[in-house]
Amino acid sequence: MIDSIINYSSIASLILGILFILIGSIGILRLPDVFSRIHASGMIDTAGTAFIILGMCLQSGISLITAKLIFIGIFIFFTSPITGHVTANLARKKGLKPISNNKGETL
Amino acid sequence: MSGHYSILITSLGIISCALCVYLTIKANILDNEMLPLYFFPRLLQYTLWLIKEILISNIETAKVILFKTEDPELFTIKSSQASNEGKVTYANSITLTPGTVTTQINENVFEVHALTKSFGDDVRSSQMDKMVSWLEKGK
Repeated sequence: MIDSIINYSSIASLILGILFILIGSIGILRLPDVFSRIHASGMIDTAGTAFIILGMCLQSGISLITAKLIFIGIFIFFTSPITGHVTANLARKKGLKPISNNKGETL
Repeated sequence: MSGHYSILITSLGIISCALCVYLTIKANILDNEMLPLYFFPRLLQYTLWLIKEILISNIETAKVILFKTEDPELFTIKSSQASNEGKVTYANSITLTPGTVTTQINENVFEVHALTKSFGDDVRSSQMDKMVSWLEKGK
């Protein structure tokens, strides 16, 4: 009984993660400029990986593998905003103008 | 983490950690950048709140991507944190929630790019700013 509940919730969580990654990939292809595309990639980094890691944790139960998966999740959680910020900052420094009414100034 | 706990392997790990610390002290590349321990008492509550925010804005971003309603904007905000660690936490939290990205930081002025006006309003309401300041104060 409990086994099948865990199994189904793990499948649901994996499907949710796959859906978020799919929508994020569509966003990366469809959105107009670099700055908007970073938002789509941020979606893959947070919800996509979080749901897939949660699903895999439920599959493996309480074991060493779950501990490793949680560590992977924590490291992605800390490093993904830095890559996003570096990409956006470099694009701004190289003079790329975002599509918006306010073009911004160098701080 | 490999599932092997024999004395040889564990002691090799301890020795290599000690060697790393010794070499960094010897090479003088230790600076005042360290783990902000005073964040810890309130870290769990902040993380739970941040995860809730991330989930909400993920769903919003998915809607924007699917229904093609993007309307990007760029604006500057002021942060109220005193320490560098607090500012980094705030900027990272902004970037971590999909829909908003910090593009430049200078002292306590952040430049933020938002996917739509409503994401921008979320940042401008400075609820997250208050949460990070509260986290920074510790116990």
